[in-house]
Amino acid sequence: MAAKLILSIDGVQVKEYPLVKERITIGRKSSNDIVIDNLGVSGEHAAIVTILQDSFLEDLDSTNGLSVNGVPAKKHFLQNSDEIEIGKHTLKYVTDQVSQTTAEDFEKTLVLRGPVKQVAPVIEVADHASTLVQTQVLSADKARSITTDITDKLPPPALPQAAVVQILTGPNAGKELELLKNLTTLGKPGVQVAVLARRPSGYFITYVEGSTFPAVNGQLLNDQPRQLNDHDVIELAGVKMEFFLKV
Amino acid sequence: MNTIQALKIVSKTHPGMVRSHNEDSVSVDASVGLVVLADGMGGYNAGEVASGIAISVTTTEIARRLKFESAAAKANKNSQDNAEILLRNNIQKANSSIYHASQSQPQYAGMGTTIVAGLFYDNRVAVAHIGDSRMYRLRGEKLTTVTRDHSLLQEQIDSGLISVADARFSKNKNLVTRAVGIDPNVEPEIHVYPVQIGDVYLLCSDGLNDMVEDADIESALYAMQGNLPLAAEQLIQMANDNGGRDNVSVILVKITADFAEPKSWWAKFLSVFK
Repeated sequence: MAAKLILSIDGVQVKEYPLVKERITIGRKSSNDIVIDNLGVSGEHAAIVTILQDSFLEDLDSTNGLSVNGVPAKKHFLQNSDEIEIGKHTLKYVTDQVSQTTAEDFEKTLVLRGPVKQVAPVIEVADHASTLVQTQVLSADKARSITTDITDKLPPPALPQAAVVQILTGPNAGKELELLKNLTTLGKPGVQVAVLARRPSGYFITYVEGSTFPAVNGQLLNDQPRQLNDHDVIELAGVKMEFFLKV
Repeated sequence: MNTIQALKIVSKTHPGMVRSHNEDSVSVDASVGLVVLADGMGGYNAGEVASGIAISVTTTEIARRLKFESAAAKANKNSQDNAEILLRNNIQKANSSIYHASQSQPQYAGMGTTIVAGLFYDNRVAVAHIGDSRMYRLRGEKLTTVTRDHSLLQEQIDSGLISVADARFSKNKNLVTRAVGIDPNVEPEIHVYPVQIGDVYLLCSDGLNDMVEDADIESALYAMQGNLPLAAEQLIQMANDNGGRDNVSVILVKITADFAEPKSWWAKFLSVFK
């Protein structure tokens, strides 16, 4: 299904517009694809450019401007359920192509060919397309004709509970090291290194290099990662430290 | 010193968490300093076939040329031109063999592959690529991309449509603008760079860099550069932990020593006057 825009006024749904064209315009004049007959709306107020699955909103230097999810915007990379506000009117962007979350559309690498060469071979490919291969063709030049910037961010992937390593012995005793990164290095590369990896399933310690293996609760590690439990004591190059989960 | 002694090479490939089969192919040959990675595409098993042909044609042809040709021709490989010619000719050979297979066999119609190849020689690396498989370089603590994708997204980045930081949210990631085996002719992008001792080169399919942020790749490589098999394992694990939606392949090459080609007395003599 193509993405669509749902127009509503004062919270009342008025009409749906599927984004089937590469470029659709929004404005007061009847020449626009989406006509909003209101004096607060400029003759040509905004445009939405769709390149395959991605849609970009652009303000066409309108008098009163527009905002997306309450934030004034000139250009915007539309994400599912974004609300474009033009005066009293709201256009909600709805797409079932959820960014990167459906395995279906994510993986297939497709070849995109320039408009010059595509004439003969593409027709050939298209014959087989339904049964054998998925090939999409699009003029690469279209991509260059518009500019926008993106303000939206997707939520980060799920993370395990926050955790800390506290140094117990040596000159740095008492210091705490919060495990904020996916990979925290203990030791010095080239000399003695172990890493603490943060994974969705928890925290793991792995020996990387050095003359001695680190130990967890007095037990030497082998070359396999070992999952850390709350209050485990790690010993690396004579320094003891405790791993604990934060509440 | 030759490339067997000077290069530490590790490669690893994994189907990922979603796909049932692996369309990536990798090949490493330390004796000639050649590493190649290809990410195939096409219905059924055509993707594997395409990447497999690309790898076998390029590696066997280049290795044969470098191993069995006369000393004079071998000395010649140290000219920048010759490394480029070897890569270009053999990638084009792979291109036509994939293209002809896809033309003659209906089940392979439309198959193609990306490719990224590194040829290490005389303290340099010649890098050839087509599509969105990448080469990165870790030098010191900093990771940089050596190749630039031939993809719609890269074109959008170049034109200012999308910033690099936001590119990972695009849904159009998987569109390449150049591939091996799709058209009768293809032009690989080839560059030659000097290498330094301690550099770590990473070749990967988009299953890695789509799933794992460059900053995480950098920290993993930096922390684990002393243990390449573990580093390769870690990179693949990070891609799979983040969803593993595509096949993931990595090749790591670490430069551990100088591998300048010995010069002939005549060349040394001439260099005195330069």
